[in-house]
Amino acid sequence: MRKTGVSTYIGFVVILVWCLLPIAWIVSLSFKSVAETTVGSPQFLPEHATWDNYKVLLGMTPDKTASHDFLLALRNSFGISIIATFLAVIMATLAAYAIARLEFKGKRFVLSLALAIAMFPVVSLVGPLFDMWRTFHLFNTWPGLIIPYMTFTLPLAIWVLSAFFREIPWEMEQAAQVDGATSWQAFRKVIVPLAAPGVFTAAILTFFFAWNEFVLALSLTSTTASRTVPAQMSFFVGPDPFNPPYSQLATASVIVTIPVIIIVLLFQRRIVAGLTSGAVKG
Amino acid sequence: MTATTIPRQTTEAAPHVASERSAAENRLGQKLVAPALIMMLLVTAYPMLQALYLSLFRYRLTTPDDKGFVGLGNYATILTDSLFWKDTLNTVVIMVVTVAVELVIGFAFALVMHRIIFARGVMRTSILIPYGIITVVSAFAWQFTFSINNGWVNAWFSWLPGISATTNWYGDHWHAMFAIMVSEIWKTTPFMALLLLAGLSQISEDMLEAAKVDGATAWQRLYKVILPNMRAAIMVAVLFRALDAFRIFDNIFIMTKGAQNTESSSFLTYRQAIEQFQLGLGSALSVLLFLTTLLVAYLIVKLFAVNLAQARGEA
Repeated sequence: MRKTGVSTYIGFVVILVWCLLPIAWIVSLSFKSVAETTVGSPQFLPEHATWDNYKVLLGMTPDKTASHDFLLALRNSFGISIIATFLAVIMATLAAYAIARLEFKGKRFVLSLALAIAMFPVVSLVGPLFDMWRTFHLFNTWPGLIIPYMTFTLPLAIWVLSAFFREIPWEMEQAAQVDGATSWQAFRKVIVPLAAPGVFTAAILTFFFAWNEFVLALSLTSTTASRTVPAQMSFFVGPDPFNPPYSQLATASVIVTIPVIIIVLLFQRRIVAGLTSGAVKG
Repeated sequence: MTATTIPRQTTEAAPHVASERSAAENRLGQKLVAPALIMMLLVTAYPMLQALYLSLFRYRLTTPDDKGFVGLGNYATILTDSLFWKDTLNTVVIMVVTVAVELVIGFAFALVMHRIIFARGVMRTSILIPYGIITVVSAFAWQFTFSINNGWVNAWFSWLPGISATTNWYGDHWHAMFAIMVSEIWKTTPFMALLLLAGLSQISEDMLEAAKVDGATAWQRLYKVILPNMRAAIMVAVLFRALDAFRIFDNIFIMTKGAQNTESSSFLTYRQAIEQFQLGLGSALSVLLFLTTLLVAYLIVKLFAVNLAQARGEA
């Protein structure tokens, strides 16, 4: 049995401070009034905590200029990320099943291509995609972002899923059939429950990518018809471009971070397993 | 891919039934990977070829009629421009410094997480928050942290030499680069730590115990037992993070918009292609960025001399 030394306790506190201090900071900033940050407010905590910024951004005040764009961007972010995740996971599941279970020509090629794309500098596609999307009328549309998002998440999803699928005891399917289950029953009752955690993990990581993506969102959109939250936030300068509304930006930051925190709280174990799957074998 | 299936080559000795079965398996396998493969080729390989083609033209969207073949002219323009080299240098500096710092801090974090026997859930949750948070949000959080009017860095660290209440972190090149790198390191160290933790947990306790019994000090155990056995994990973590750091864009765009010469290669490419509609010149930059990324990947793989496929268990 290892015993926990003092240095481990110190390390634990250091890690918590490292991870949570900036979060505490934007939460604190989001409760400062716009007037307070305009004057300058270098102290950590607000002088007079207020919900005003949340009310403004969520459209609970008469002036809806800020909330209108923010809520549309939030809708775009959710819609685009969820659709891209769904499609990427379906395609990756098919591919990963083949890679984990079947022998076929071109397996190495698919894996190498996936690895190459995972390391690809996304920005180098921005110019040509911008040109192509204008031709195909995909510029500033949802599919215009969904298509590249699912492509860039396929590699990670394929890696994670094929690592998971390799661990599944597939002979249980035959065992169930021997015991009298139909092949559909064997698939639904035996294989689906075993494969579901992997599929779910791949979906979370894919969603994080799409929710986070910035370069493409900035380059391939022009209005709130398809602009996602990260891009919208970068354009959100308020009435005075030399004095950005710090506290409102912090509020928007907190709102878009809430889904991330919920997902992390619920599924931390799976996310860690997914992130590290296949990274250490060898 | 779906229309043309290549019959699997089998040796004459193989039984007829088996070869038919493996041919069917081959067909099914190729059908299943086809959607993903086609998608990846269409959205990355095709535009990349398009970029290669466009890079040979003088082509600006504001003056589309002026499009003309210039051969390697765009490349000559870029490679003789000091801005390109300055931005490349910035990118390399950011990549080397952030990955080096992350490797050290990430390793320390991994050691703590490996040893800890209480509150593992709390630890995992907190470490995943920087990983999961939107980079733009992290960039804003750190931009405000270093802000002269609204940040706490100057107030908290004014006892350090070189920092005072009036230190302007966005006023000169190195201060701004420092702020950008802090944001990058904060967000990505947890990812590094998790990959290293996975490597660390593969080292057998028996081996460490044996080294201890043989009288190895803690440092000797680290250098002679732990690190050599984590080679593959370190290699994967460094490669992924280095290439990720090499395409840094979000942090710079939010924190400085490239002011004080903090522009990166990605930023330059974006600015030419999207903000200035220079599709010809922008495409040439895309191609150069792609080639530099390949070079960086090659150098890292050579430096660590580990077969990547082997390292990921995909031999």
